[in-house]
Amino acid sequence: MNFWRAVIAIVWKDIRAELRTKDIFSSMFVFALLTVILFNFAFELRVPDMKMVVPGIVWVAISFAGTLGLNRAFVIEQDKGSLAGLLLAPVDRAAIYFGKLIGNLLFMFVVEIIILPLVMIFYNLSLLSPEHLLVLLLGTYGFAAVGTVFAAIAVNTRAREVMLPILLFPVLLPVLIAGVKMTGALLDGELLGSLGNWLQIVVVYDVGFTVVAYLTFGYVMEE
Amino acid sequence: MNGSARGLVFLTLVAAALVLVAAYAALLMAPNAAGLTPDETAAQRIIYFHVPSAWLSMLAFGVTTIASIAYLAKGRRFWDGVAVSSAEIGIAFTLAATASGSLWAKPAWNTWWTWDPRLTTYTIVFLLYVAYFMLRSALEDPARRARFAAVYGIFAFLSVPITFMSIRWWRTIHPVLLDSKNFGLSRGMLPVFFLSLIAFTVFYFVLLAYRVRLERTREQVDALKEQLGY
Repeated sequence: MNFWRAVIAIVWKDIRAELRTKDIFSSMFVFALLTVILFNFAFELRVPDMKMVVPGIVWVAISFAGTLGLNRAFVIEQDKGSLAGLLLAPVDRAAIYFGKLIGNLLFMFVVEIIILPLVMIFYNLSLLSPEHLLVLLLGTYGFAAVGTVFAAIAVNTRAREVMLPILLFPVLLPVLIAGVKMTGALLDGELLGSLGNWLQIVVVYDVGFTVVAYLTFGYVMEE
Repeated sequence: MNGSARGLVFLTLVAAALVLVAAYAALLMAPNAAGLTPDETAAQRIIYFHVPSAWLSMLAFGVTTIASIAYLAKGRRFWDGVAVSSAEIGIAFTLAATASGSLWAKPAWNTWWTWDPRLTTYTIVFLLYVAYFMLRSALEDPARRARFAAVYGIFAFLSVPITFMSIRWWRTIHPVLLDSKNFGLSRGMLPVFFLSLIAFTVFYFVLLAYRVRLERTREQVDALKEQLGY
């Protein structure tokens, strides 16, 4: 089986499993919504204008929900023993990585597409422009690229779910900072062209860590 | 006493002498910095401790990364021992650099802490390696622990420059020692500064040698325990 056909087969398997159970999606979505609402209470009385903190709220909600989704994606695989099956399949380890990465990316992006209109309604803002979606996609990709490797690590540790955010958040910081900055600047009416530095950081992060993940994922999946 | 043990004792004595001489030079021989308030002038001498500590922590984490790559490439337990040993030393000196910097910041900036890029990056670096040790402690199988820790160690170290760049767009108030035009220390200070750097670097390698030996002894004890059925 060639490389990309294996990748597509793994993504398709994840999508079909998800369509049947809605397990990952529902927990991510409800958690993201709860985070947004909790932040509303946490900030409302002290912040002069809630619009000032919306970029932060969006990105923290994405990070939290994304962590949850990544964990679920691997815990489900492991509990049912299907991870072992995946490892026995005659495909390159890198194909497993890209398959899981694309699956995770899809789930996160679907959650974002649904959570954004809600944030727009809550805070009376416009967040659904192509620029916003591009920023979101680049940031989410970085998150998933690193998160997929770390989730595969975390699921094998004693602490399981607790381990992932501890591993992931310090490494993720550049994406989070750049994401908050860019979403904020776009909300202030700046053009994407004036955000070149931030875009560069995120793109370097995305490309660089995809390469590192590609090179190291085999060691994580070794049994 | 075999050859390598004797070499280590010798190196330990050299490191001790160097650190003592560097401390003497830093406290008594180096000239006062010009144009500072009395409080700041005294606090400025922290540079002979603070900068070498920071350098040492980065050196240590760099060695951890190289040892991690070597472990993944060769699969020898020795490299995992080097990686974990160096990371431990790195964490200790990260704390030393942070604490000494904080003591200096109070008279110089009138605050113990600011969200300056270097301070913030440093805090993140600290958290990265705390996570590294939490990951290690959550894994029982030694081979798997070594493999996962090596992968995480590589990711962690590579993220540091990007983190630094991204935090840097905020305005910084940290004094810049090395810029392209000149070096921010006077002539009398430079030899003392470099002496401190050398002393700390030698000290690092001594610590690393002891720590790696400890790690190897620990593995031997584990192996013996297994044989005896504990």
